[in-house]
This record gives sequence, structure tokens and C-alpha cells, in this order.
Amino acid sequence: MTKDTTEIEIHLLLEALYRKYGYDFRQYSEAHIRRRLMNRLALCGLQTISEMQSRVLHDREFAAVLLQDLSITVTEMFRDAEFYRAIRQSVVPILKTYSFVKIWHAGCSTGQEAYSMAILLQEEGLYERTTMYATDFNQRALDQAREGIYANEQMKEYTANYQRSGGREAFSDYYTSNYNMAIMEASLKKNIVWAHHNLVTDSVFAEVHMIMCRNVLIYFNSDLQSKVQHLFRDSLTHGGILCLGSKESLRFSGLAEEYIELDKVQKIFKKKYPGGE
Amino acid sequence: MIYRAIVIGASAGGLHAIKTIVSALPSGFRLPIAIVQHLSPLTDNYWISMVDKLSAIAVKEADEKEKLEAGTVYIAPANYHLLVERDETLSLSIDPKVNYARPAIDTLFESAADVFRQQLVGVVLTGSNSDGALGLRRIKECGGLAVVQEPGTAEAGYMPEAAIAATQVDYILPLEKIASLFISIHQQTL
Ligand SMILES: C[S@@+](CC[C@H](N)C(=O)[O-])C[C@H]1O[C@@H](n2cnc3c(N)ncnc32)[C@H](O)[C@@H]1O
Repeated sequence: MTKDTTEIEIHLLLEALYRKYGYDFRQYSEAHIRRRLMNRLALCGLQTISEMQSRVLHDREFAAVLLQDLSITVTEMFRDAEFYRAIRQSVVPILKTYSFVKIWHAGCSTGQEAYSMAILLQEEGLYERTTMYATDFNQRALDQAREGIYANEQMKEYTANYQRSGGREAFSDYYTSNYNMAIMEASLKKNIVWAHHNLVTDSVFAEVHMIMCRNVLIYFNSDLQSKVQHLFRDSLTHGGILCLGSKESLRFSGLAEEYIELDKVQKIFKKKYPGGE
Repeated sequence: MIYRAIVIGASAGGLHAIKTIVSALPSGFRLPIAIVQHLSPLTDNYWISMVDKLSAIAVKEADEKEKLEAGTVYIAPANYHLLVERDETLSLSIDPKVNYARPAIDTLFESAADVFRQQLVGVVLTGSNSDGALGLRRIKECGGLAVVQEPGTAEAGYMPEAAIAATQVDYILPLEKIASLFISIHQQTL
């Protein structure tokens, strides 16, 4: 089959980005990458992806713009309310049996998911004994996450999500409003460690009791999904919990046998102990 | 022309329109169909199983990285964009909304046009926004076939009108005629 020119150009551009800056998008979903690059092409005044490749190699700032384009940071607090309900129901009782809890949020974006979990754990009386590692390869998103400042107008949606997820407190107690900004409470931040980590090129981050990686793997092709799933398997303790996004699965990893399905719909899995349950 | 896939976009009034078309296709119909229907992000996929029950061909919610199979209808899950990959598998994404919509019709149409080029049929059905117009134009630019529901017969005519304004459409048809067009296109491929 003859390849179309754009496809060849995109491969070369991703190769350039990787060799020069170490960011490896070569096994991301092609349709996603193509869409993002074509959007950028339309905006940046260049004619072809090849011209963008040259610019990437010689212009560090342009490369930084592309990194932002390729890392989709869309997120919400309490996205998928039923997922957080399921966590309260089937995961919290397990975590309560531990004297300390380590949780890894991989691909935490601007932090909303980690804060949601911090709120849930506080309400369940678990937060004080928890350390949360929240990682992403997008430094700008991480900086925003660490600050924990969001637009006030988003809080309406987050509050509705929180209530649907089974939250019974006043959601406004978890942040302070200042003009049009909502600043997350310091008590939610204190046990969260924000760190730069690239799922494609970095190795095991820490040994943890629970991993949340939601809506990140959908951007990877099946080979890369499998590779990252092995990284998760190796990072989880026996009996550890793996939470994926509602449309993600262990299908491509060959690891499904190593987990018990705690919640089929919400994609919550428990790593088996050696020799069975 | 031998067509290899069909993409359909619908918004307001779309559930009825999709049901009408898909349930009229015979069991031997082999072209894969991918559909974006605008829905509230909180919608579950119950309606998909309803359409499946009424239809001779398989109708399912699209799973990520699943291969487009002959004679199967794939529907974008609520709150996810649906894209077609070069290896003819499907991808999902939570990229920002396009035309205030996720899933967006343009996102599906443009990615499918990149893959199937002139062998793609694009269909814009009822709706009250202009999603799908640019996507349909792209399908035409790649040499594919553009079909639009006749605006006067659509529950909401705005979306078909926007598509007609955006590109040189090949067929403007009332809802009941669209399945017959699919069947005659399919017969050419046999
Ligand atoms: C769509 S967001 C999902 C955010 C959140 N988990 C949620 O579900 O709401 C995807 C995140 O994954 C991050 N990401 C993508 N590729 C990554 C990689 N190779 N290593 C680490 N993070 C990555 C992006 O920067 C982005 O913040």
C-alpha cells in the first residue's frame, strides 16, 4: 500500500521530536496525533508538516507548543460520578484495612482528579494515612495542579458531579472563592506529591496500593497500552487496585488473568496475590 | 465506485432517524457504519441495545481500538469523540468539544476521510447545529460521497441545511430513502 505524504511527514516529525527532546509520541493513536498536528498547521502559518518538523528541530519554543497540543489535558472533578460511588463502595473498605496507603495518579493533568480523590478520602477518614503521587509529563499542567486554582464558573459543574457521586458535604467547604477563582483547601494538598513522570519513557515510579490512570491509555496504540499496563502491574502491591477510564480495559495487555474484576463497568481491578485471590 | 464504509452524524431528532435507517438494512449488508449522535454526557447506552434489537445487522457502542467489521454499526459513546485509525480500528478521545459537541461529527468524518478517501460515504441527518458540515466537505474533497437528509423532512433542518451550504452534496433524500441508497451502494460492491 502506498502511504500518503502526510502520514510519512507525521512519522518524521514525531521522530524529530523524540530524538531532539526525548518526548516519544511514536506509539500514540495516529488519528489523534494527525488531528492535533493538522490543527496546529492551520494555525501556525506553515504549509506542510515537513516545515513544522524543521521548525521543531530549530525552535525550542515551537516544540513546547507542540507538546501542549499533543497532551490533551481535558479533565473534571468527579468525572463519571458512578466511578466515585464504586470507589466508596468497593475500594474504600479495602484501603481501610491498611495502616498507610500509597496512591499513584498517572496522567493527573491539572489535578482535578487527584483533588476529587483527596476529598473522598478525607470524608472516608483515610486521607491522613494516605500519600498520593500525582504525575504527568506535562509540566505546565502539573504547575497548575500544584497551585490548585480553578475558574469559579467550573465549580458549578464540579459541585453537581460531586453530589451525583454520593458526596454529602457542602462542596464549597473544599475551596475558597476569590474573585472568579476557586482555591482548593490546603488540607487537601498536604499529602499530595506532584511529580513529572513520562509513562512512555520512565520506569516504575513507586510501589503503591492503588493506581488511577484514567483517559490516558485511550490515546495510546495497543502495543503502548500493553507496555504501560506492565509498568502498572509492576508498581502495584499484591491486592493493589487499578482504576482505568470507563472506556479503557486490560484487553491488550495480556495481564487480565493477573487481576480480579472488582467493578466491570467502572473498570476497577484488584491485582491477585501470588497463587490466586 | 466501490465504497468501503459509511459514517453518519445526527443531533436533535437523531435517535428516530438512526433507528429508521439502520433497522431497514438487511442482514447481508456488509459495509461497516460508524455513527455520532449528539447526546447528553450522562446518557447510558440503553438506546443502542434497543436499535440493535430492531435491526438485522449488529449495532453496538464503539470500543476503543476495535476493528471495523463488515455489517456492524458502531455508535460513539456519550462524552467521547470517535475517530477512525489508518488500520481501520476505532479510537476514542476526550479532546475538547468541537462545535460544542463531544462526540463531534466533524471529528469522526475527518478522521474517516483520511483513511477511506474516495471510498467513504458521509451522511448528515437531522439536527439544530452545524456540526458535520466541515466533515462532509472534507469527505467530498477526498472524493467520497456526500448524502444529506432533506431538510424539510428532518425533525430539525438546520444541520442538513448547514451541510448543504458547505459542500456540493451528491444526494439530498428523505429519511426513508436513505437505507435504499445504502443498499444499492452495497450491491455495487458485491
Ligand atoms: C485527557 S487527560 C486525563 C486526565 C484525568 N486522568 C481524567 O481522566 O480526567 C490525559 C493526561 O495524560 C497525560 N499524558 C499523556 N501522555 C502521557 C505520558 N506519556 N506520560 C504521562 N502523562 C501523559 C496528558 O498530559 C494529560 O494530562
